Amino acid sequence: MTTLDKRTTAEAVVGRLRDGMTIGIGGWGPRRKPMALVRALLRSDVKDLTVVAYGGPEVGMLLAAGKVRKLIYGFVSLDAIPLEPYFRKAREAGGLEVLELDEGMLQWGLKAAALRLPFLPTRVGLGTDVFDQGGFRTVTSPYDDGEVLLAMPAVPLDLALIHVHRADRMGNIQALGPDTYYDEWFAKAAKEVVVSAEEVVDRLDLSHPEDARANIVERCFVQHVVEARHGAHPTSMPPAYGWDMPALKAYVASAGEADGWARYRTDMIGPDEAHYLAQAGGDAIAELPLPIF
Amino acid sequence: MTAPDHMLSELLIVACSEVFRNNGEIVATGIGPIPRVAAGLAKTTHSPELLMTDGEAYLVEEPVPIGPRGYDDRKPSGYLPFSRYFDSAVWTGRRHALVSPIQIDRFGQMNLSYVGGTFDKPKVQMLGARGFPGNTIHHINSMFVPAHSTRIFVPGEVQSVSSVGYNPARRLKGADFSGVDLRFIVTDLCVMDFGGPDHAIRLVSLHDGVTLDQVREATGFDLLVDGTPPVTPAPTEEQLAIIARLDPHNIRATVLKGNPPGKRS
Repeated sequence: MTTLDKRTTAEAVVGRLRDGMTIGIGGWGPRRKPMALVRALLRSDVKDLTVVAYGGPEVGMLLAAGKVRKLIYGFVSLDAIPLEPYFRKAREAGGLEVLELDEGMLQWGLKAAALRLPFLPTRVGLGTDVFDQGGFRTVTSPYDDGEVLLAMPAVPLDLALIHVHRADRMGNIQALGPDTYYDEWFAKAAKEVVVSAEEVVDRLDLSHPEDARANIVERCFVQHVVEARHGAHPTSMPPAYGWDMPALKAYVASAGEADGWARYRTDMIGPDEAHYLAQAGGDAIAELPLPIF
Repeated sequence: MTAPDHMLSELLIVACSEVFRNNGEIVATGIGPIPRVAAGLAKTTHSPELLMTDGEAYLVEEPVPIGPRGYDDRKPSGYLPFSRYFDSAVWTGRRHALVSPIQIDRFGQMNLSYVGGTFDKPKVQMLGARGFPGNTIHHINSMFVPAHSTRIFVPGEVQSVSSVGYNPARRLKGADFSGVDLRFIVTDLCVMDFGGPDHAIRLVSLHDGVTLDQVREATGFDLLVDGTPPVTPAPTEEQLAIIARLDPHNIRATVLKGNPPGKRS
């Protein structure tokens, strides 16, 4: 009997990508980012991407590597380090095409795409410069109230990248942390979803049924499953491990050096994930303390 | 009764806590150490009905102290992850955020996005609009300014309007701006509100030892003043004790340059 088997490798997934794709990246700032998948992207030749995110270091890295043609974001921040240095550099250099959204507007755009609607109405953005900067249009309520609302266009994705604690070969996933951010909506807004997981098992229903409530999106939305232990590093992966503040600080410091990115790319990202994990501390990642908010 | 010795940071925490009074059962969010301790003080004293998170995903009835502590010290009473935040708190109007923008104008419009240059090529990229557009059209907002100056309280409009204020020129015809509700601005010099004609910014009180001229000089637009402004109330012993409990590592001492005392006469 043929059974569903969605297991693959980051390299295989990245090898299928085309220039110019729109890629949504789950997580939130420096929290639960699919960094192993992002690093595979950084090692690839793919370019001219439209990147959609509640951005953290992955956005800065993709910008620094020259992979991004357009950026659609609710914010880009490292949280405890409020300003993402490579994002700032790219913005201040000019020429980067951006759609800067209110955080809630991005959620609304993803939901519109997920629900296969052209837009969803909202008041958010009205009366601010976000309206003109984004080239937004309004829609008038067809009911008696006649209210004028911003029509938030759908933000459809070619691909979404998500990192979770556990997955199985069929694409069932479990995200165990206190917050799942907007990963569910990134997944539903995308044509294809790649999930990396700290651990991939044969069947979650047999090995971890007690955590079924941590299933954040149904497996019909998951096409590719990649095992990536410590795959969120240097971002946080509660309850497994916290963000790596010294590593994030070293990354930030690289932006202040003349060839900082080239050095970071060579020394840290390196030729493969085994190299990265060795540089990042290997199994010591599992001991990184959880951040206190 | 003479107020006990206190630092300006503690006076500001008390002043900021007052912005949350009589708000009802809404989520009180203070961004930054002083606003966050202030929200905790408000909940602990005059407004126990406030909802509050641990700074992550859980609602708590006992405000969690800021700074290092045990990860699991919180006792959750509810759950408010990001995936519910807009649906449950922001877009339903059940929140009051106390925030620190980089510029504020006479209409109460705030800039958090960038300064200098243009949107396409900012001289200095700051945080971006973040949640300001949605916050200000849907729920109550107040502002905390740790260094009152004309760089923050700008003449004319802020460079980039990240949030909705009371500028009639930006009121799109037919749209509903009834959710806009700006309450207070607490600075290191004074407390202001939007109680003037057409929501003009008005002086509420001066901090101990601060003169009206000092405030006027540090403000880039005309400030409405009714009569002789009172002095901002100083913290009580009880409030100081709660503040010390909510900020056990004295992070509040690092917010204002030189950590000045509350009595500056």
